[in-house]
Amino acid sequence: MEQFAPVKRSKDGQPVRYLIVDDSVFARKNLARMIETFGGQVAAEAGDGLTAISEFDRTHPDIVLMDITMPQMEGIEAAERIVQQHPEARVVMVSSVGYQENIVAALQRGARHFVQKPVKPEVLYEVIKYVLGEDGAVAGAAGAGV
Amino acid sequence: MKMELIQPFINAADAVLSQGLQGPTRVINLTMEEEAYRRKGVAGLIALTGDIEGRIVLDLEPQTAVKVASHYAGAELPESDTLVKETIFELANQVVGNAISALNDQGFHFRVHPPLLLTAHEGDKTSEDTEALMICFETSLGNVFMNVALRYNRKRLADHAAMGA
Repeated sequence: MEQFAPVKRSKDGQPVRYLIVDDSVFARKNLARMIETFGGQVAAEAGDGLTAISEFDRTHPDIVLMDITMPQMEGIEAAERIVQQHPEARVVMVSSVGYQENIVAALQRGARHFVQKPVKPEVLYEVIKYVLGEDGAVAGAAGAGV
Repeated sequence: MKMELIQPFINAADAVLSQGLQGPTRVINLTMEEEAYRRKGVAGLIALTGDIEGRIVLDLEPQTAVKVASHYAGAELPESDTLVKETIFELANQVVGNAISALNDQGFHFRVHPPLLLTAHEGDKTSEDTEALMICFETSLGNVFMNVALRYNRKRLADHAAMGA
């Protein structure tokens, strides 16, 4: 898999920590491998929306990668609940169901971005940098501060 | 079954498989299924409800399923590994998700149900209003079969038309 310039937290230079939420073990492993190539760290994984909420409370990740169609509680509702309790949370929806009303609903309910499956690593990498904004820094980049 | 319903699934399967397997894919066979569906190996079924109803089956012969799952995992997997089934499920999810995104933007509304493992060797016979189409994709790791059986939910479509009138 392609390697990317590591994206670190600008406040302390530590790896960006991710919560991966998807009912598919395959999808979680796939995303975890991509995150490694971005220099990130998997803080926790969850297979449904309810577990995602408790895992967020437990691990306080920098970014949540959230599927939409899941058992027990779907991703958009889980994203909304997380953002209600933690307005600073950065939730990126990652789903194969990418029609306009789904994307709009996710963004209206607190998600910061949407990435359609199959995920292209270079697309996710750019989204991560965008969503982190000044809280993220590409290691080795001029003025990265890490 | 109208081609306007089928084409998004063919396009989506082509895109998902060629990107994931990092090689070209092509449709080598496309047939109407009149008899009951016969499973070929590891098969994931996804049901759709809404303006269009039915199901899509993504089906790979066992050896091909192992090769495909191993490719994604980046390591040789045994046939018994649950990741083989999970990989086929996720591929089915991605194909269906991409296809219904295209159909939704054309005005059709759906609900996608979580994938189910098809364990029976033989499925339901097709009926007059639910014809099935079997599409065989040739990939670098073997053939991937997609069986699509969909029908318009005429009542819902009529309801939408009445609301729009």
